[in-house]
Amino acid sequence: MTPRPPRPDDAVVEALFGERSIACPCCGGALTPRMLDELVAQARALDTRRAHQAALPLPLPHDRAPMIDPHAHMISRTTDDYEAMARAGIVAVIEPAFWLGQARTNVGSFVDYFSTITGFERFRAGQFGIRHYCCIGLNPKEANDEPLAEAVLDLLPRYLGKEGVVALGEIGYDEQTPAEDRALRRQIELAKEFDLPIMVHTPHRDKKRGTTRTMDTLEACGFDPARCVIDHNNEETVQEVLDRGYWCAFTIYPSTKMGNERLAELVKRHGPERLIVDSACDWGVSDPLAVPKSARVMASHGIDADVIHQVVYANALAAYGLNGEMQEAHWLAPSPVDQRVLYGGNSVLRGQAPRVDGDEVSSLDPDVIR
Amino acid sequence: MTSLDPAIDLLAGWLAARLDDPAAAWVQAQCDAIAQRGEPALLRALGAAPRRVGKADLAPSSDETAAGLRVRSGLDASAWSVDEAARVLFLLEATRELDGVGPALDRFVDRLAQTADLQERIALNLALALWPARTRPALLARAREGVRSSVRPVFESIAHRHPLPAEGFDEAAWNQMIVKALFVGAPLWPVQGLARRVNAALTASLVDLAHERWAAHRAIPAGLWLCVRPDDHPEAAEAMCRALGTGSPAERQAVLHALREAPDGPAARELRALVARVEPDTFLSGELPDVRSIEEACAP
Repeated sequence: MTPRPPRPDDAVVEALFGERSIACPCCGGALTPRMLDELVAQARALDTRRAHQAALPLPLPHDRAPMIDPHAHMISRTTDDYEAMARAGIVAVIEPAFWLGQARTNVGSFVDYFSTITGFERFRAGQFGIRHYCCIGLNPKEANDEPLAEAVLDLLPRYLGKEGVVALGEIGYDEQTPAEDRALRRQIELAKEFDLPIMVHTPHRDKKRGTTRTMDTLEACGFDPARCVIDHNNEETVQEVLDRGYWCAFTIYPSTKMGNERLAELVKRHGPERLIVDSACDWGVSDPLAVPKSARVMASHGIDADVIHQVVYANALAAYGLNGEMQEAHWLAPSPVDQRVLYGGNSVLRGQAPRVDGDEVSSLDPDVIR
Repeated sequence: MTSLDPAIDLLAGWLAARLDDPAAAWVQAQCDAIAQRGEPALLRALGAAPRRVGKADLAPSSDETAAGLRVRSGLDASAWSVDEAARVLFLLEATRELDGVGPALDRFVDRLAQTADLQERIALNLALALWPARTRPALLARAREGVRSSVRPVFESIAHRHPLPAEGFDEAAWNQMIVKALFVGAPLWPVQGLARRVNAALTASLVDLAHERWAAHRAIPAGLWLCVRPDDHPEAAEAMCRALGTGSPAERQAVLHALREAPDGPAARELRALVARVEPDTFLSGELPDVRSIEEACAP
């Protein structure tokens, strides 16, 4: 009798008992046969769900509720993304200062970056009817270049007081080195001096311990948790973050770190209070529509519309509106000068997509920034 | 040394007339802080101004506009907002005591420009009308940089309603600004000194641009024709003729405007005679819409 040829899954599992093993992509740990079975089953279920979701259209412009993406590295994104975000109902984004994917080598690089996210990027967003705000700070990854870090910390006061700067961030720990710790503490003091809330980046490696330690440091420096958003949370961190009085943000990644379904479960379990969702879209594989898609997934789970509204709009507005630089009136009823300067004269009406410039000359002109 | 006091008093007066007590007190407190602590206080004041004084249009009255012209010829704050006025005031306060105002002012402006966001950059550009910028190369360079911007509000903060370009730009810089205006879709009617600074090289550039657009079957902004003079370039009259024949109504009106303003010359005479035969009502005795209406007729 010929042996039954192994199914593809069997072959994969078989490999585990051979010389080679399969490493988990997020932490490098070995995957047991049982874990692999579970993953395959989940993947199959996800496919069904994904197909179902694909059939649900994004809400039409005239019936969509406004949304905020409070963590989006828009300098890395194209105008296609801005168009898609605007169509999907995003009225405002917050761009926190972070690294560019490879370490900067001089303070001038930071000067131009801070100037871009407070200046040109704000204008670029406005062309698509999206109001852009930012956070300024020295991120933990680059805090480890100590002479450079020192120069950047001296530079921060030139930016922290600017219009549209809603928080000091993204700060926190990456590897939890002493240098990172020093930079974090210096910036907590700056946040107090400039009366700014703080946006915290929690480490991706050793997240639970790193998040706890960040909260300990904030409290040791006397910083009010109600003025601090802890971002990139997962199931392991959310309870403590909420218990200790912080705003609790989730970044929706397309694959492993946190997905829409898991977010919906967390909202059902913890309720909407102090929960925030964001995309953290950047140069890597990420989704600038993560926030509207989360809203859709939550709706398909039967979560109430005003619960969803809190998670995708109201909580972000409350947390990042604390210093008065971000206000609903900015997009609901922009001042005439803002219409001219930030929105480039496009009429931005409540709940509707911006009117696209219809003049043939400027809409075709490659020299006009669009 | 030029005293900045008249300009400071002017702006302080405009703000006092518009702000409620808390906002007015805040403005005064910032001026005091800037006088005492310099740059750190200035940066905080610039950043917080919009939130503290609001962003309503300044909308100066005709009396205020007249007072402004007495302080500085060509000063036109008709398109300023209240927060812009406050920011310009703070900038002037920060430079009031600069010794000689000269090189120290240049360094001050350069340093601020290095980290300015777009709206702060606009305020800096507006302030260039009130600093003694006309003879300072570093400040003229700052103004030139402003009209290199493709961000239309930044471009317009120097190109429109500002006395400095007509006074201080050389011919090459002026011509670049006019052509750039057409590229970014900014109208020309708010450019100060537009009629005074037409020149032959500009006509040549604009006629070339018209040909480029015709070849690409793209629309021509009507304002282009305002600065074309028939005798400045061998192809100018023919281009104007073509625009009269096949251009949009706004283009035709702009050509007729230019023809009315053009100095006497053989090409001008010939073109006028042609127009008199073909469009007698409009040209010889009719009213042409003003330049602003012509440009706004084809604006989005």
